[in-house]
Amino acid sequence: MAGNTKDEILYDHHHDGIDRRGFLKCMAWAGTGALCVMQGGVLKSYSMSRPSEMNPADMKGELSFVQISDSHMGFNKPANPDVAATLQAAVDKINALSHPPEFLLHTGDISHLSKPEEFDTVEQILKSASAKDVFYVPGEHDVLNDDGKQYHARFAKEAQEGGWYSFEKKGVHFVGLVNVMNLKAGGLGTLGHEQLEWLEKDVKHLKSSTPIVVFAHIPLWTVYPEWGWGTEDSAQALAYLKKFGSVTVLNGHIHQIMQKVEGNVTFHTACSTAFPQPKPGEAPSPGPMKVPAEQLRSVLGITDVNYLSGQHALAVVDSALA
Amino acid sequence: MRRSVFLASLLVMAVMVLGGMVAEHGSFVASAQEKAASTAEVKIDNFAFGPTVITVPVGSTVTWINRDDIPHTVASTEKVFKSKVLDTDEKFSYTFTKAGEYPYFCSIHPKMTGKVVVQ
Repeated sequence: MAGNTKDEILYDHHHDGIDRRGFLKCMAWAGTGALCVMQGGVLKSYSMSRPSEMNPADMKGELSFVQISDSHMGFNKPANPDVAATLQAAVDKINALSHPPEFLLHTGDISHLSKPEEFDTVEQILKSASAKDVFYVPGEHDVLNDDGKQYHARFAKEAQEGGWYSFEKKGVHFVGLVNVMNLKAGGLGTLGHEQLEWLEKDVKHLKSSTPIVVFAHIPLWTVYPEWGWGTEDSAQALAYLKKFGSVTVLNGHIHQIMQKVEGNVTFHTACSTAFPQPKPGEAPSPGPMKVPAEQLRSVLGITDVNYLSGQHALAVVDSALA
Repeated sequence: MRRSVFLASLLVMAVMVLGGMVAEHGSFVASAQEKAASTAEVKIDNFAFGPTVITVPVGSTVTWINRDDIPHTVASTEKVFKSKVLDTDEKFSYTFTKAGEYPYFCSIHPKMTGKVVVQ
């Protein structure tokens, strides 16, 4: 367990203010419920299960939002027979944060079977969150049977035809990408030519000091190709973002926390609010992982992201539900 | 004379019996072929189609059944057939009337692939 120790930068070989060794140490704790906050290169870590030890000042910023993912409303197998309850628990956790986030990002697999009542239930539960705006991107479970028509009508009315879109919040540029359509046999996630062309135009005239947040369902870096955990043409997307000093990529799909830093890009995947999945290669397939009931809530979670103006990197904090 | 008639009738009887056996055997083979052309099953479990490659005679109906705890689909890569989403214990069947190779995959989890070979 992390306790409430603070880490300072000890190793800064790349002179970019990022202590990779300390960050990796923090990553090992994230799965067990510790928080890592990276603010301007300084690492702080403490446990979310002891909120009284968290300093609210550390959590403040000029912009904060929460990422949730993979609610899979409609799933009811042994790995979690009540995904509505665990989504509600995530919302309760959001509402207990010392400062209300401005909005929520849902990185997809909102529903389990693309059924209208499943979408309805998620929207209903999220209405009780302190943040009233929710921005979505679809998961492959959201576009079944109808090529995403229902998803589009509910969550992407103002988006491009393919469901991708961008918006600005307090000087931070957010881009929602869709990489779960037109999947090819044997393939990974895919963005497609049209979306990539749109992305190039969308960021072309932004100043390189603009912080960028890209969110998409399937990871935009290759986590584990054997299980389809990657996006075939993400390299092209990242090439369009090369000029920016701070790029944060938020993904879902793999139902566990993984983080990677590559130059100016920080990749971050979130837990599911529904059920965990095994680590790459540690099971015969990436299906729902059954854990003892009392442990379930500690492997599900929400991600709280803070932007402190003037800093290069966004602070990303994952908290477990328990 | 009677002996040769007797032998001849034995021979005729033998031929008839043998012929009958052949006829029965022929129809036995035909009905066995008809049985084989009727159904075959592919189980979907642990993010895999089992068997991955299945070979069936022309006219067969293949039934996929999802035994996984996650939904899957069965989608022909050449768009010859596509199931709706199959939740646990749901089935999809397709009858193959033409010989050929039919590669398919799960459109939700595209790393899952299989093939039906129709001969």
